[in-house]
Amino acid sequence: MQDISWIATVSIITAGLTIAIGSIGPAFGEARALAQALSAIAQQPDEANTITRTLFVGLAMIESTAIYCFVVTMILLFANPFWNHFVSQAGG
Amino acid sequence: MTFNPDDILFWQWGLLKLNATLIFTWVVMAIILCFTWLATRRLTSGTHPSRWQTFMEMVVSLIRDQIREVSHEDPGPYQSFIGALFLFIAVANLLTIIPGYRPPTGSLSTTTALAICVFLAVPLYGIQSQGLVNYLRQYTRPSMFMLPFNIIGEISRTIALAVRLFGNMMSGTVVVAVLISITPFLFPIVLQLLGLLTGMIQAYIFAILAMVYISSALVARKGNEAPTTITTNSQTTSNQTTNSSTINTTTKTTTNSSDANSPTQSGGQ
Repeated sequence: MQDISWIATVSIITAGLTIAIGSIGPAFGEARALAQALSAIAQQPDEANTITRTLFVGLAMIESTAIYCFVVTMILLFANPFWNHFVSQAGG
Repeated sequence: MTFNPDDILFWQWGLLKLNATLIFTWVVMAIILCFTWLATRRLTSGTHPSRWQTFMEMVVSLIRDQIREVSHEDPGPYQSFIGALFLFIAVANLLTIIPGYRPPTGSLSTTTALAICVFLAVPLYGIQSQGLVNYLRQYTRPSMFMLPFNIIGEISRTIALAVRLFGNMMSGTVVVAVLISITPFLFPIVLQLLGLLTGMIQAYIFAILAMVYISSALVARKGNEAPTTITTNSQTTSNQTTNSSTINTTTKTTTNSSDANSPTQSGGQ
């Protein structure tokens, strides 16, 4: 295969793997956090406001790892620097 | 398919470019300015405030309450900064219901600018509250060894702030665009609704995180004195009132405030 088709193949496969593996961890983490928060609210309904706010902030923190993976995937698929480099070389 | 509103050009003259990010940022700013100007034109302290004034008072008191709950401090100096962040991001994200509108928060430039504002505001508020030397000493807080890690943490959380908002808003656009090409009509609308919810939550989280970062720069001085004791006291009192029927409540709550959960658990069983 040519260089450019290698880059395309590897980029697409890596993009799929990135978002697949990268979303598993945050999914488990968010599920655990949500379950804990729900049981905490069930035990202490008075503190529901504080727990919910902390839960949201914590979920955002956890979720950001998945978002990083998503951004990397998007870069690999739509703004791949290696691909652009080889395409511009082939063109010019 | 362009996901980046920076790439949508409306007007170009040499190096000067007017892209969608700029235009829609101005649109959002104009909407906020016009709305607040209209709402605050006739303020009264009488018994019959107008609907606009009631709404604005609601928004402002919501922001103040949230800041007070997060930082346990007077929200006065922070409410303009935090409120501006929240209102801008919230309005920018909510306007996605208008067709043809691209949220400026879906561009990494906007979110980076907002994150840099937070990055600069943290030391400013910190120095204002505890002085330059004390603020800088905070970086070497556990030991001198932690200095580089504190600096890395400061930078990485700024990047995380920017990329989080950008990733969430861009993912909304991308997912809707992909779904339109696969299953038109119903599913994109559902995801658009989800995007509105995500946008509001992200605006809230951005503002709350900014306040958490700022209050972390303030708290170092009065660290473990006032705020924590106040909260633990209120927790124990609320537990006492809710579980007044249980026997061991008073003894347990007086022993240690950290296991404030235990009376509730015993009450549940």
